[in-house]
Amino acid sequence: MSIWQYANPARFMRTTEGVLPWLVGGAVICCVTGLVWGFLTPDDFRQGSTVKIVFLHVPAAMMAINIWVMMLVASLIWIIRRHHVSALAAKAAAPIGAVMTVIALATGAIWGQPMWGSWWEWDPRLTSFLILFLFYVGYIALWSAVEDPDSAADLTGVLCLVGSVFALLSRYAVLFCNQGLHQGASLSVQSGERMSHVYRYPLYLAMLGFFLMFLALVLIRTRTEIRRRRLAALQAREMRA
Amino acid sequence: MIALLVRDLRLATRAGGGFGLGVAFFLILSALVPFGVGPDRAVLAPIAPGILWVGALLACLLSLDRIFALDHEDGSLDLLAIAPLPLEGAVAVKALAHWVTTGLPLVLAAPLFGLLLHLPPRAMPALVLSLAVGTPALSMLGAFGAAITVGLRRGGLLLSLLVLPLYVPTLIFGAEITRRGAEGLAIATPLVFLAGITLAVLALIPLAAAAALRVNLR
Amino acid sequence: MIDLGRYAIPVLSAYAVSLVLIGGLVWHTVAANARARRALEEHGRDG
Repeated sequence: MSIWQYANPARFMRTTEGVLPWLVGGAVICCVTGLVWGFLTPDDFRQGSTVKIVFLHVPAAMMAINIWVMMLVASLIWIIRRHHVSALAAKAAAPIGAVMTVIALATGAIWGQPMWGSWWEWDPRLTSFLILFLFYVGYIALWSAVEDPDSAADLTGVLCLVGSVFALLSRYAVLFCNQGLHQGASLSVQSGERMSHVYRYPLYLAMLGFFLMFLALVLIRTRTEIRRRRLAALQAREMRA
Repeated sequence: MIALLVRDLRLATRAGGGFGLGVAFFLILSALVPFGVGPDRAVLAPIAPGILWVGALLACLLSLDRIFALDHEDGSLDLLAIAPLPLEGAVAVKALAHWVTTGLPLVLAAPLFGLLLHLPPRAMPALVLSLAVGTPALSMLGAFGAAITVGLRRGGLLLSLLVLPLYVPTLIFGAEITRRGAEGLAIATPLVFLAGITLAVLALIPLAAAAALRVNLR
Repeated sequence: MIDLGRYAIPVLSAYAVSLVLIGGLVWHTVAANARARRALEEHGRDG
């Protein structure tokens, strides 16, 4: 059987019920281990103890982008195959993505202040994240604003599609215009890039932990949405009876 | 299609239609900014390209909900949807009408407001060209936002939230072109990018906007 | 507490902000789910 069997809400609920405890456990273990391990690693020569922020900043930033991609895929599945579980999963993922973006922006700013002397720079990466946050907020707002659930799913799906194209476009526009104007204070410490082994493994663990945490949260939220939908259907039936 | 265009233009230009509102807003903004940042030429001149472009953006935003809302209220939008003209075409025509009544006046009036903000005269061609190439994209993207929010109560604020991030690439390139013009640099490369964005938007966004309209008319 | 040196405030505030945000998200997720399940059970059907 294929993944499409989970388009059936009842089957989705049954399977996720079994899987969730493992996901939650795995997320907690990986996050706690990764973050504590990272916290205990020795300070970086140049960055001092602020390097510890990387264990929050990088996983959050990665998830912020990956969650939007997941929403894009889920929206496409809804538009093409009309599986409600898919549309509800996209709706469920958005707040998580928005929080991840805020964490990435906040930890980035807090890290940037002692390191590069300013809370904010309009360099490509930071700007792209700010725009991504705006797209998340708009997406969430649209879901709340439209009354009919199926129409809301359609409209937010189209918005996600168009927004994805423009998010990419914005990134390249900023990249283009920032070249040569100033050697941007862009965060050059990326995962893996010139990172010593000491930091690499706790970072990978933290990234895995954030990913599992996202999976657990999005599944719980999707279950909530499915329950809400069932409730609405029951209430509608009662009103008619 | 021509009939639809003429009708929309006539509706927009008669009293209460909102024609000229965009330019008026642009004027107010150009007058307010010096009050805010001080009239010093050294302060105004560098930021003038950005102010002018942001002003154009906001002025466009003002009349966006008008694109579909009135027709939706009196039912003519439903008629348009089942008319022989494809909905994508109707969207394109309405966006064009919006541009003629909002974007085009901005393009023509911009040099005057540039003077108010101490924009160097040699930037004027770049300013006008970038606005001329960029504002059609603003109208079309605005039509998309209007299509998504048509029929929503108090959809105006949501409309701005949805549309402004979409405006960012056009804004970045438009302001960049104007800035380079002010410094006497070549503007060909960003202009090509801006034109590319506008053309892609004009070609593809009507599809998305029509899809959104169909959802809202169900 | 291990020595964080002069960067103690940034590091701790970064962790504090992140934990508060994640904590809020988790709490909201779980609470909303519990509410939905309760409402459904009152109507007699869950699963």
